Amino acid sequence: MADIHSVIGTKNKKGQTYTDTWKMMNEAPRTPSFYTGSEVIKEAVRRASCDVMIAYPITPQSEAAALIGELFAEGYIGDYFRGESEFAVMSQCAGAAFGGARVFTTTAGPGTMRAMENFPMWSGARLPIQMIVTCRGINSPLSIQPDTLEIAYLLNTGMLVWHAETAQDFFDWILKGYMVSEEPDVHLPLALCCDGFFVTHTKDVVNLTPADMCLPPYDPYRSPVPCMDMECPPVRMMRDPFVMKSNYISYATHASWQQEVWAAVERSRKHSIHWLNGLIDTENTDADIMIVASGTAVSQGREAIRLLEDEGVRCGLVKVKTLRPWPEEEIREATKNAKHIFVPEFNVTGWLAKEIKATIPNHERVHAGPHVCGGMTMPPEIIVNEIKTTLGLKKSFVMAGRGS
Amino acid sequence: MSKEKIKISEALYDIMPSDYQDLVKSATYGKEDRGWKDIGSSKELIEQHSLCAGCPESMAFRYILASLPNPEDTVMVGSTGCTSLVFPMVAVHNIHSLFGNQNAIASGLKRALSVRFPGRTKDVVVLAGDGATVDIGLDMTLQAWFRQEKFTTICFDNELYANTGGQESGLMQKGFVAKMAPVGKLFDKVRLPEIARESGCHYVVNCTVSKPSLIEKVIRNAVHIAREIGPTYLQLYTPCILEIGKNSMEGLQEMRDSEKPTERFAYKEYVSEPAKQLLAELAAKDKEKKAAAKQLASQEA
Repeated sequence: MADIHSVIGTKNKKGQTYTDTWKMMNEAPRTPSFYTGSEVIKEAVRRASCDVMIAYPITPQSEAAALIGELFAEGYIGDYFRGESEFAVMSQCAGAAFGGARVFTTTAGPGTMRAMENFPMWSGARLPIQMIVTCRGINSPLSIQPDTLEIAYLLNTGMLVWHAETAQDFFDWILKGYMVSEEPDVHLPLALCCDGFFVTHTKDVVNLTPADMCLPPYDPYRSPVPCMDMECPPVRMMRDPFVMKSNYISYATHASWQQEVWAAVERSRKHSIHWLNGLIDTENTDADIMIVASGTAVSQGREAIRLLEDEGVRCGLVKVKTLRPWPEEEIREATKNAKHIFVPEFNVTGWLAKEIKATIPNHERVHAGPHVCGGMTMPPEIIVNEIKTTLGLKKSFVMAGRGS
Repeated sequence: MSKEKIKISEALYDIMPSDYQDLVKSATYGKEDRGWKDIGSSKELIEQHSLCAGCPESMAFRYILASLPNPEDTVMVGSTGCTSLVFPMVAVHNIHSLFGNQNAIASGLKRALSVRFPGRTKDVVVLAGDGATVDIGLDMTLQAWFRQEKFTTICFDNELYANTGGQESGLMQKGFVAKMAPVGKLFDKVRLPEIARESGCHYVVNCTVSKPSLIEKVIRNAVHIAREIGPTYLQLYTPCILEIGKNSMEGLQEMRDSEKPTERFAYKEYVSEPAKQLLAELAAKDKEKKAAAKQLASQEA
């Protein structure tokens, strides 16, 4: 049923040329542009051939969600509206994806939590929705500040979960993300996370692909499950609905479908490696000391490594790009020489450190920290201090107001 | 979907399930005047169901599926509850996702279908119980109406949570003693039909499913108005005979008793001005068509 005629090279109604995604991302000329993270999201969506975007205001994603509304007004998106809550928005996204649309949405913090019931449903229904998560605090009392705790709750939903470090990651991964999540052997939603404010509200130089090139449209008939548009024969799905049955066949059906969802997460690995050039990036993996991080903690770790180098302490880095699929083999390999592994995080529980401890041999090497949360920044100096304290070296910095 | 799409390749015909063969041979996809009278003489779009014997909901399902004006291009949205035991056996694409989010799903779905199939008719019909529509999903029910989303919302009102075992719901009558209402429900039955009218629905009907001809009429009206104008709402009494202590054969009588002029399911209808105009136009077209057919028949004779 899929269209056998390629649309590559033809133009959409805005005059953009549907372009082979590999060529668009890797060979087309790039223009350096000085944009906020929110503006970068808009620019990526401009090139993403999205059918439906559904918005809801919550800091710090409101600006991006509103900017995409401008794209709709300009005619770049099929439909766009403001839903009534994140729970409703994520259900509206599901409805649009069930109907065969390429869907985009954004959320943050308490919104992610309010919508949570939808996410395992998205995975189970194999809906390749892309959701930007601009992380912020979810604690009480009310906070709008950056904090990545909400990512921990997404890790077991069956969604792909990627953690962008920079606005450049964001731009590239929004577009590449659809290529991975729409693969027939994957066909899962993607939570593309970043650290709110640090990425969304700061300006950075981002190399953009040409604005007159866009992704090929989504083909819902490549989905492993039928698209709900009455364009393929409706079939009786089962003799007895499994929901109420307490019997082995019912349990086995649910069990095998859950296993299939997680197998699809695993199958996304090869596509993610292809598009992201590996699930992790590494530097100095022969060093005794390694920093393993995701999101903007990577940038802070990189600065800490530079400071330590000035003092003659050699330190390596692992940037974890995808949390689901989890780069287990890659992290084991990259940390095999490390005697000490530091995991700086912007949350109180240290979920990344726990994942790493569960992954590598001799996990007493993992030092879960430093942690900042509730909106605190993570100056590279506190990473340096944490490392030096652990190693029994004299601290390099006096940190005002940080109990040191 | 054209009827061509459900045809079976000859080489595979004998291995297809018989219910699918029947669907191809004698379902009424594409039949313009389809309705409740086709029941018994053509393949119904509901294969079986696992509802209780005599459940009025099963009658309602059959009448509705027989009456949809355009099932070959209709997608239904359900919710959790007894209806979700039926939908897997319905030959119209249907979506179950979560409990209470049916009108949100339908909003996204209808918009996606409008983007993907411009200029073509794709109807969306929501069918959910009263817990889903009025309690857990009320926010999304109303917001879809406020936004003037162009689909039909049908509520099977059995005045309680049937599938979980008969707990109090917002549409339960005041004073009724049920699980979670141990001293009787303390507040009135929520007046959703009136709220629907105030929320922007263009066609609202409150009735029972005792008369198939009536259900056919209100379903056709509701779908046509939703397609052309805006949201429509049907609240249909489908009593849970199990939970109100009735026997299998007593469902119909229960509905007849509840639709008497002074009772809570006496027929009530609201039609907005633009909807009235549309119904008049449809009736005129229908009349014209019948007259033309009559003329043709007399010429041939």
